[in-house]
This record gives sequence, C-alpha cells and structure tokens, in this order.
Amino acid sequence: MKRYIVKRVGYALISLVLLSITIFLFVRLTGDPAVLLVEPGASQADLDAIRTQFGLDRPLWVQYARFVESLVQGDLGHSFYYRTPVLELYLSRLPSSLLLAAAAMAFSLVIGIPTGIIAAVRVNRWWDSAGKVFALLGLSLPSFWVGLLLILFFSVYLGWLPSSGSGSVAHLLMPAFALGWYFAAAHMRLTRSSMLDVLGSEYVKLARLKGLPEALVIAKHAFKNALIPVLTLAGINLVIMVNVAVVVETVFAWPGIGRLLYEGIAFRDFPVVQATVILNGAMVVIVSLLVDILYAVIDPRIRLAR
Amino acid sequence: MNGSRSATLTVTWRLAALRSEGFPTIPIAILGLLVFVALFANVLAPDDPEVGRLGDRFRPPVWQQGGSEAHLLGTDHLGRDVLSRLIFGARVSLVVGFTAVMVAGVLGTALGILSGYLGGWVDQVIMRVTDTWLALPALTFAIFLAAVVGPSEMNIVIILGAVYWTRYARVIRGEVLSLKERDFVRLAIVAGCSKWTIMKRHILPNVLNSAIVLGTLMLGVVVVTEAALSFLGVGVPPPKPAWGLMLADGKKGLMAGYWWLTVLPGCCIMLMVLSANLLGDWLRVKLDPQLRQL
Amino acid sequence: MSPAPLLELRGLSTHYVSARGTRVVRAVDEVSLSLAAGSTLGIVGESGSGKSTLALTILRLLPPAARITGGEIHFDGEDLLAKSDTEMRRIRGKRIAMILQDPMASLNPLFTIGDQVSEPLRVHEGLGRRRAWSRARELMKAVRIPAPETRVREYPHQMSGGMRQRIVGAIAISCAPQLLIADEPTTSLDLTIQAQYLNLLRDLQRQHQLALIFITHNLGIVAKMCDQVAVMYAGRLVEWGPVTRIFDAPAHPYTRALLDSIPRMGDGRARLTAIDGQPPDLAALPPGCAFHPRCPKAAAQCREQAPAETALGPRHTVRCFFPAAAGPR
Repeated sequence: MKRYIVKRVGYALISLVLLSITIFLFVRLTGDPAVLLVEPGASQADLDAIRTQFGLDRPLWVQYARFVESLVQGDLGHSFYYRTPVLELYLSRLPSSLLLAAAAMAFSLVIGIPTGIIAAVRVNRWWDSAGKVFALLGLSLPSFWVGLLLILFFSVYLGWLPSSGSGSVAHLLMPAFALGWYFAAAHMRLTRSSMLDVLGSEYVKLARLKGLPEALVIAKHAFKNALIPVLTLAGINLVIMVNVAVVVETVFAWPGIGRLLYEGIAFRDFPVVQATVILNGAMVVIVSLLVDILYAVIDPRIRLAR
Repeated sequence: MNGSRSATLTVTWRLAALRSEGFPTIPIAILGLLVFVALFANVLAPDDPEVGRLGDRFRPPVWQQGGSEAHLLGTDHLGRDVLSRLIFGARVSLVVGFTAVMVAGVLGTALGILSGYLGGWVDQVIMRVTDTWLALPALTFAIFLAAVVGPSEMNIVIILGAVYWTRYARVIRGEVLSLKERDFVRLAIVAGCSKWTIMKRHILPNVLNSAIVLGTLMLGVVVVTEAALSFLGVGVPPPKPAWGLMLADGKKGLMAGYWWLTVLPGCCIMLMVLSANLLGDWLRVKLDPQLRQL
Repeated sequence: MSPAPLLELRGLSTHYVSARGTRVVRAVDEVSLSLAAGSTLGIVGESGSGKSTLALTILRLLPPAARITGGEIHFDGEDLLAKSDTEMRRIRGKRIAMILQDPMASLNPLFTIGDQVSEPLRVHEGLGRRRAWSRARELMKAVRIPAPETRVREYPHQMSGGMRQRIVGAIAISCAPQLLIADEPTTSLDLTIQAQYLNLLRDLQRQHQLALIFITHNLGIVAKMCDQVAVMYAGRLVEWGPVTRIFDAPAHPYTRALLDSIPRMGDGRARLTAIDGQPPDLAALPPGCAFHPRCPKAAAQCREQAPAETALGPRHTVRCFFPAAAGPR
C-alpha cells in the first residue's frame, strides 16, 4: 500500500505543477497581461507600474519562478473590489460552498444509489421507467435552469421558499436539488451498471450455488463490490460539484466560491478569477488523491500489497 | 491489407447498423427541425431579434392577458420579440455547439491517435497534459479562459474546443491502443507502411465510430456549457440572441412573474440537449457495444 | 438388485429463448442418464455442447433467458423440478455442491477466506460465527492447505491458483453434500497441480461417499477418474455408459473420433487425426442428426431423422443409426 500511496502523491504533485504552468501560460497568452492584472480604468502609469511589479518584462521562467514563489507563500493576489487578499476571501466563502455541495451530494446518493440498485435487480417495472426518465432529465437539463424554474414555482408562485441567500434549511433546499439532480442521475446510472456487472460475476454465481438466500447474495456479495466505483466517482464529484455550482450559486445568490468567481468576472476583478481557478484546480487534485488513498484502504487487494 | 477497404467496410457496417429498429425518430426530427430553423432564421423570424421597442416591454405570450399577435411569445425587458430571439438563438447555439464539437473532436482525435499509436514520450506528454486539463472542471476552465481572452462568439468556440478535446483524446487513445494489436495493423507494419500511412488509412477510419458517438454526446454538454457561460456573462456577448443570455435577462423579470422569459429559452436548450443525448445513446449502443463504458 | 440411483435425468431439455422469442437455442436436448451414489460420471464434449448448461439445469440456476422445457430430474428420490425456489436453495450447497472453473473469479475479493468458507455452514447448518470458523479451519486442513489458522484470515488474491481451487473445494464439501459437480476444475491450474488436485478430489470422494460429476473436455481425466462417461454433442447425449466399455469400443462415431484424436506414444501414424468440419451453430442446427455433416458414416437417414436413444446394454445408451459393433478399435 505504501508504494501505491507514494506513487499517487507523486502524480498529484506533477498535476499541481502542470496546473500552475497552465494557468501561468494562459494568462500570458493575451499579449499584455498587465491589462488583466490592473484595475479597470487604470492609467498608463498604473499599467507600467504593474509591469515592473510583476516583472512582466523579465524572461518567462523568471516570471514563473516568482509566480510559484508567491503561490507557495500563500499570496494569491489582492481583490480589486474587496481590497482583501483573495485567499482570505476564498477561505471565508469555502464553507458555504462545501455545505451546498454536501447537501447536493447527500441528495444524489440517497436518491441515486437505491434507484440504481432497484433498476439493476429489476424489482418493479414502474420504478425502472420512472428512474430512467429521472436520469435522462437530470443528465440533460442545465442546473441553472432547473434552479430558475424552482424559484419560479416555489418562490414566486407558491411563496414557500426564499429565492436567494443562505442561512436556513429552507434556503438550502432548492439550490441543493438543482445542483444535485445531475449527479443523482449520474450516480444512478453508474450504480445500475456496476450492480449489473457484479450480479453477472462468477463469485455471485458461486454465492448462489452455495444456496445463500438471494437477499444475502445481493446485500453482502453484490452490494459492497458494486459500490466501490460509485463511491470513487462520488468523491471526485464532490469537488466537481463545488465547481459546477458557479451557476447555481449565482442564480440563488448563495455566498460560496462559485458566486465569488462570478463576482470576479462581473466586476472584472481578475486576481479573484485567477486565484479561484488555481485553488479549485488544486482542490480537485488533492481530493482525487484522497479518494485514491481511501480506495487503497477499502480494497484489500491494495491494502495488503507490499 | 488495403486501408481504404477496411474504411469502406466500417462505413458500410455503420450504415447497416443504423438501419434497424429502436430508431430515435423524435430526437432526429427535433434536431432536424432545429437545424432547419437555424438555417432559415432570417425567413422564419417575424421580427428583428436585436432591436426592441421600449414601449413594448415585458409583453406576455399571445394566449395570456396583455399578449399581442405581433409577439406570439411575448417580449423581453428591452421590448425585443422573444420568438425571433429564440429562432436566431437556435442558429447561435447550433453554430457554436457544432463548431466547438468539431474543433474539440478534430484536435482530440488527432492527439489521441498520435498519443496512442506513437507511444513513448509523445504519449506521456500528451497524457500528462490531458490529465491536468481534465482535472480542471470544464466550466471553471472555460470561465477562466473567457476572462483572459474576452468573450466573443469566435473565442467561445475556441475556448470550448480547448476545454473539451481532452475527452476525445482519452477515449480515442484507448481505442488506438487496442487497435494496435489487431492483425490488419500488424500486417500493414510488416508490409512496410509508414507510420503516417497506417495512422491515416487504418487507424483513423476505425476510431471514427467512437468519435462520432462521442461527438453527439458532447454536443449536449457543449450547448449547456455555452448556455452557462452566456448566462454568467462570459459567453456570447449581447445583443446577440443566445439562449443562455436570454435566461440571464429573464432572471431580471423572474420575481415579477414574467415566466416566459425563463421557461421558453430553457425549453429550447432542453430540447436540443435531450435530443442530442438520446441520439448519442442510441448511436453508442448501435455502433459499438464496447463503447458502453463511455 | 441395484439400489435406486442418486441422480436420474429423463428426457431433460433446456432451451434459451431470445428476447423476441425468435431464436431458440436447444442447449440441452432430451438428456437421459443416471448416477449411483458414490460413483463418478464424466461429461465430455466440445465448447458449446451443453455440458455446463446441463449442470446448471440440475441445480436450477439458469439465467433468465433459459427455460427447462421438458423432462424430469430425480435426486435422492425427490423430483427437483417440483421444488420451490426456497427448497432448491436449501439443496444447493448442502446436498448438491458445485465447483466452477476459475477459482480467482469464484471467490469474492473483498471478503476473507474464512468468511467465505464458513458461509454455507452458517446459512445451512445455522452455526454461529466461532463454530463456523473453526469448522472452516478443519475443512481447509482436509483439503490440505498448509497453516490454515493464518490462511483463514487472508484474502483470495493472497493465495496461489492451486490453493484457491482447494478453497473452492472446501466450500463445496463443507455441508457434506451427496453430489459434487465439478465444471472443468483443473483447466485453469498448472499441469503439476492438476494431478494433486484430482487426487484430492478422489480422496474426498472416498471419505465422504460423494457422487462426483466431472465436466471436462479432457478425456485423460475421464479415463483416470470416472466410472461412467456421457458424451455430449450439440446439446444431445450421443453416448453414455461405462468408461471401460466406451473407451475400448466406442459405439458413436463422434466418441470414436474423439478418442482417435488423442495422439499416442508409439503411434505409427504420421498425421494427427482431426474431426472434419466445424462445431455446430446451436441456433441453426441441421435437420436430422446434429453430427451428420461431420460423420464418416452419414447416410440419407441421418440427414432426415434425429436418431432416438438405443440401449446397448444396461446403463449404456447411444444415439446413432449405425452404432459400431462391439470390438476393439
């Protein structure tokens, strides 16, 4: 297991490095990055000042070195709009996004996994069709449109739920549903196909040959094996959710990092945009690594390997 | 072994596979309708999609009180005709979506073939880049790029292509790796064909199946991403009528109950994406059962 | 007067029907044979001849697309086709056990060996966890696994192929079944391990008075281990009888061809004998006898009618219009 983990950590580090290079290079794509790094409406003198400050006239690799240096020190720039370090802003908004993602993930697993299992075991015809429709719509409808429709229905017409902000469970319901539907569909699909694979496996056949009751075959032998790919996907999906939530957070004015990114674009606050993208990307890499490690712990084939 | 013969076989087999039951008539009809509308928007739209009369703002659709026959589906916050904007929006969505899918597809397939067939350091480099780009969620990456280069229709196509080619590269590379072991490729190598010839005449026709299936599935994804970008304000810039932009505008009237500005553009997006997804699912099952893991 | 056989099949047929009901594959077609307690039957045939389907039919564990369309199965005097699902479940693993071909795939990678060996004991005999695990250790000792105390806590991937197959064997005999069906148990084992494993099976059989059904395509194993042999072709039982008689004087042309195709030391022939033609497509069988396209003795009658079962002796049947007369090959 140790070798497995070391290897994974190595890959993660490489990914982080490549990520920083990618962001770095793209910003310099535009020809004059000073325009981005300066507040809107700045003068020519300001532009020159920025150029010297960031060393934009120095060779590329020098710039990159300084870039990495500031990253490692935790300096991800200052927001023009909020006039605070972006890292501070990001960290203050992160819990809200995590809350939303957790709620959406809970929804997607609670709905997705059982429906997937039922669809695989083919217990009820009606349930199977309803599940298919649910999945198809979930995978096709844009989450922000679902959010808008929910607002129209539950806030404007029925007046039951608040249309924006956070602070209570009532505020959480609609955004979590809008965000989670797509993932509920994805998890349902994967659970179903994973379960079908496992049900057709030789060890399930042997379990039946042993004369075990069907309920035990499914609950013990099939379930645990089928769940592994689903949980792996769910782990990664958690960070993806945080990212995709940009639009949902914007629709519901939910104070998370998605909305922060939107503000960065709306107010042309480039340091915020750049820092958010870097941090989001880093989060994906780190969570992927954690999921891989978790995998190592669950699957005895990896845990007990040298 | 003649590469063009294997290509012909693949195409014939593909056509034959299509001509059987379970044919998704409705999705294809809807997509066809959308293409038709997009092509003939100038003729079909009753009004100018970009100019509105301020005295005519927020008119509801014709069947509601306050609606008028001049604006069958109502008007938006600038008095522009919703129906015309939806029709021209189809053109925008299809052009952007289709072009982006082509860009991503061509780039991704080419790199996937190179990566899979040549192996070695080419493979390593391409794969590392792919993995990193895949690590960045598409929407975030697209927003970042749009913030850097500025939004315009052309830029969006390039950005979407740049963000999504990695999906193709991964899948195509996998296919190429298994194709490399097949006999007709080995025979070609033994016969002395150059690497480029093999890649062009033997490998490429055989990965086209996967590329097509992936393309149909990606169309839905790309359209939704473009809508999201336009909604956030970094996609197709106003006053062009993109459906995502209409949703952003529609939000302004949402709390006042102007439902048609939100529901109608979203329905259009939904129709296009649903049809593309259904078509893609059907193609995937028909053309290659091995692709079921896509 | 010989005692009633432990297992008796009469005219058993299993068909696979495609989803639209159009393609019917007669995987098992009117098979009749019997097996006495404690004896060994070998079922041989090419891939697709219906051997495995026959085994699964006896256990009534067929996939949804398959249906038993006719015949009878009698086990220990009971009619298995009349049993409910719950009753069959109590028979599986307890009175009839089965070993599958690939031991790595048969064992669940996420559970320990001890867990998997003790499972049938806990389900069928209601043993508590501790007793079941100590019985599991005894069983592992019985199948000659070294250091069972440590092994019992290990996982399948930590053992070699030969050991895994023994574990599967331990699972099979755990509840002292009367009949053990082994579906190609040695095919995935190394040659050197195969002999050891077969000896193990024979010892277990003697100790527990097990009846054994060996499904294999390897005639050498049949010769070594079995009292009777059943030869299957395209789902039909073409010859069934005592091993010694059939190996000395095969009556059916297919059996003869199978035996002839085994190369022998000291054989004067320069070329190997192969059977002409291709194995049949079960969905599109030729009319008449399924073997006639490849049969050196085929006549007009063979192309039109499928031969019925003819008895050549007590418990020796053949399906052929021109069975060979008794006598050395």
